[in-house]
Amino acid sequence: MSISDRVGPLGLGPARGSRERGSSGQGAEGPALDLALGRLREALLPSTGKLRPPWPFPLGAAPWPPSVPRPPKRPDLGVNYATDWARRYPVRLARAAWTELVTRPLMAAIAQPSTEGLDRFESTEAPVIFAANHSSHLDTPLLLSVLPERFRHKVVTLGAADYFFDSRAKAIYFAFSVNAVPIERVKVSRSSADRAQALIEEGWNLLIFPEGGRSPDGWGQPHRGGAAWLAARSGRPIVPVHIQGTGRLLPRGAKRLYVGRTKVTFGWPLYPDLPARQLVGRLEDAIAALADEAATDWWSARRRAAQGATPPLTGPDASAWRRAWALGPSPKDRARRRSPASAKRWPAGYGS
Amino acid sequence: MPRPGFVLEVDRATPPVLMWHGEGFRLERLPAERSRVVYAPEPLAPLPDPDAAIRRALLEPLGDCPPLPQLLHAGMRLTIAFDDLSLPLPPMRRPDNRQRVIEAVLDLAAEAGVDDVVLIAALGLHRRMTDAELRHALGDRIFDAFAPHGKLLQHDAEDPDGLVHLGKTEKGEDVEVNRRVAESDLLVYVNINLVAMDGGHKSTATGLMSYRSVRHHHNVRSLQHSRSLMDRPRSELHSSSWRIGRLLAKHVKVFQVETTLNNDAFPPQMAFLQKREWEWSVRDRATFLAASNGAALLSPAARRAVFQSVLAPHAMTSVQAGEVEAVHEATIANIHRQQLVDVEGQSDIVIFGLPYIGPYNVNSIMNPLLVHCLGLGYFFNMYLGKPLVRPGGVVILSHPTPWAFHPVHHPSYIDFFEEVLPTTTDPVEIEKTFEERYATDEWYRHLYRTSYAFHGVHAMYMWYWGAHALEYTGGTIIVGGNRRAVRRMGFKPATTLADALEMAEDVVGRGPTITYFRAPPLMLAHVH
Repeated sequence: MSISDRVGPLGLGPARGSRERGSSGQGAEGPALDLALGRLREALLPSTGKLRPPWPFPLGAAPWPPSVPRPPKRPDLGVNYATDWARRYPVRLARAAWTELVTRPLMAAIAQPSTEGLDRFESTEAPVIFAANHSSHLDTPLLLSVLPERFRHKVVTLGAADYFFDSRAKAIYFAFSVNAVPIERVKVSRSSADRAQALIEEGWNLLIFPEGGRSPDGWGQPHRGGAAWLAARSGRPIVPVHIQGTGRLLPRGAKRLYVGRTKVTFGWPLYPDLPARQLVGRLEDAIAALADEAATDWWSARRRAAQGATPPLTGPDASAWRRAWALGPSPKDRARRRSPASAKRWPAGYGS
Repeated sequence: MPRPGFVLEVDRATPPVLMWHGEGFRLERLPAERSRVVYAPEPLAPLPDPDAAIRRALLEPLGDCPPLPQLLHAGMRLTIAFDDLSLPLPPMRRPDNRQRVIEAVLDLAAEAGVDDVVLIAALGLHRRMTDAELRHALGDRIFDAFAPHGKLLQHDAEDPDGLVHLGKTEKGEDVEVNRRVAESDLLVYVNINLVAMDGGHKSTATGLMSYRSVRHHHNVRSLQHSRSLMDRPRSELHSSSWRIGRLLAKHVKVFQVETTLNNDAFPPQMAFLQKREWEWSVRDRATFLAASNGAALLSPAARRAVFQSVLAPHAMTSVQAGEVEAVHEATIANIHRQQLVDVEGQSDIVIFGLPYIGPYNVNSIMNPLLVHCLGLGYFFNMYLGKPLVRPGGVVILSHPTPWAFHPVHHPSYIDFFEEVLPTTTDPVEIEKTFEERYATDEWYRHLYRTSYAFHGVHAMYMWYWGAHALEYTGGTIIVGGNRRAVRRMGFKPATTLADALEMAEDVVGRGPTITYFRAPPLMLAHVH
C-alpha cells in the first residue's frame, strides 16, 4: 500500500505520488503547493494514519510496521499490575506525607470542601467500604482529604484497570498517590474480587465508585454490583458517600480545572444483611438521599425519602438538552458573569 | 514464548534499520517496496538446570554408546578435548559450557579412580590460547588442577613427536592426529555448537589433526562445493571431515558432548542489538545513541578494547552426549530450533552488516582478510537450500575494513595481504601458487608453535572460505571500508549504502530486489 492510498480516505487530498502519476495542466503554483503538502503529509503520516512523533527515529520511537502483528499487551499492566509495593511501610509513609502535604492543601485550595455526616460512621469499626458517586477525577483525592484520620491513610482505591493501569507511568503514579489497585470495570472477575477481599481481610478500607466510571453528562449512572457484592462477601459495611460539585470543577473531558466549592456527605453505614442484588438498590437510594440532603436540608430529604420521592441521581427522564439545562450554568458561564469582558478593559475615562 | 524470526517487507513507513559496522553501528534506510529485512528469532529459554541436564546426558547417551561411567575405569588413559577460543561469539559469561561439562566429566572420572587425565584445547591451526583465556573457558578449578602439572595442553599441529599417522580414508585423505589422543583409551570431546557448521566429526577432524589432514577439507574445491557450510549433507568440507572422523573413531573410542546456545548474544545494557527497531524503548534509543556516538569518539584501540570486553549472556539450550553422529543430529535439530528463519526466494542484492568479532579475532583485530572471511565465508553461508542472493548477484558488506593487522596473532596474514593479493585474488591460483610455501614456512611454524600466532596457512584458508561466494556472485561492495584495503581484495569501496546500491545496479540491473540479513544475533536462512 502506498502512502497516497493511505492518506486518501483521511480527506487530505492526493499525495505526491498520485499527483505525479495523474495530474496535469495545473497552474505554476499548483505543483509547488502540492509538493509541499505532499512532503508535509509524508512527514506527519506514517502507515498507521496517526501523527508521527515530532522527533525522527532514533530520537523518537520508530513506527510499528503494519505487516508486523503487535504482541499481546504487556501482561504485567492492566488488571495484572502488581501493587503490593505500594502497601509496604516506607511507601505508606511517603504516601501519608504526600496526602498531608500535597493532596489536602491542594484540595482545600481547589475544591474548598465542606463535609456532612462524619459522625454517622465514627463508631463503625474498620475496615469499611466507601461507595461514592463519581463525576470527576477530583473525587478520589477530595474524598481521601476529608476522611477521618483513622481511615485516611488506610484506604485502597479500586481503579479501572483499563484506564489507570494501561501504562507503567500511570500505574505507578496512581498506585502511589491514592493506593489504587486495578479492577475490571465491566465485570468483577474472580481475581479482582479475590484481591479486593484479601485487602479487606488485611484491614484495608476500600473506596469504590459503583457507577463504574465518571459521569458522561453530569448526572449519575446506574450502579453496578461490585460494592454490594464485596460487602456481602466480606461482611463489612458500606458507607455511602455523595460528592457534590466536583463535576463542575473538572468534568469528564475538561481541558482546564476550575476552582469552586464542593460538599461531601457521608451516610449511615449499610450492613450487608440483604442479598447483594437488593443491597445495590439500597446503596443507590442512600446516595440519592444524600444528594437530596446536600441540595436541600436533612429534614426535607428525609421526608422525601420516606415518601419515596427522592429525586433520582440519574437526573430527569427528559431530552438531552433538558438534562443538561437542569444542571444549571457551567463554571465557565459563571466566571464570565462575574467578570464581564468590559471589566477587563481599561477603566472608563482613563487617560482622557 | 520467544518469537520466531521473520522477514519484514520494507515500505515507506519502515524505520531505518540497525546495521553493524565493525565496532559501531549504522541506521540505514532501505529502498521501499523492493527490500526486505530478515530478523533473527528471539533467544530460546535456557535449560532450567544445565548441570543436571549435563549429568543426565552423560548417563543417558545417544546412539550406540554406553553411559560414560561404564567407559571410565582406573588405570585408563582419558583425554578430554575441548573447543578453542573461536567459540562461542562473543565469549560467554562464566561459567562457560566447557567448564560445566568438563567438571561433570571429571567428577565421574574421579569417582572411577582415573588418574591419567589430560585436557587438550583443540586448536587445529588456530593460535594458542593465553592462560587467561583458558581460565575463562575452563574455570579456576580445572585450570588450577591441571595447568600447573602440565596436564592442560594445547594441540600442536606441527609437533613432529606429538602426531601419529593413523592411515588414509577411502578417498586417500591422511589422518594424522594428536599422539595423546591416538594413544588414549577414551577421548571425550566437549563442544560448543554456535552454528550448524560446528561439531560432529569436524571437531576432531579439524581441531586435533595436523596440516596434512586439515588440507584435505580446507581447500578451494571443498569450499566451492559446500552449499552451504551450514548444511552438512551438502557440504564437501563436512563429507571429508566425516570420513576422517570415522577413521579416527575406529582407532579411538570417542565420546562426544555437544551443547547448544541460545542467541542471547549481548548483555542487557546493549539490549537494542537484540530488538527490532520499532520495539526500542526510550532506554534502547538512548543506549544506541550513546554507544554509537561514544564509540566514534574513542581511538581504534580503545574502541576495540571496549567491544572485545563484551561477554555474551548466552545460555545453554540443550546438551547431548554419546556417539558422535547421533549426538550431532540432535544438536543440529536444536540449532535449527533456535536459528532457522524461512525466506521465500532470492534477491539481486544481499547486505550483511559485519560486527566487530569473528571466530579468528577474539581479543584481536578484525583485519581485511577476516572481513572477507566473515562476510563472504560465514554470513554468506548462513543458509539452507540456496543463497539469499541469486547467482551473479551482489554482496554488500558494511565494515570499516581497516588496514590493520595484529602482528602477533596474524603474521602470515600481513604477508598474504602484501604479497599474494596484489598478484591475484583467485583462490584456485592462490592455492596452486602460494599455499605450500605459507604452510611450510619455518618462521610461521615457529610462531604458531611457540607464540600466539595462527598457522601460516590460515591466511590462505581465510581467502578460501569465501571461495563459494566469489564464484557464485557477480561482485562485492564494502560500505565505509578503507578504500585501499577494499580494492586490494578486488572489491569495490562505497562511502554510503545508497552509493553501494547505485553501484550494484551496474551489475544486477535497475530496481534490484534487496535482502538485508540483520545479524547478529545469529540465524540461519532457509531459502525456499
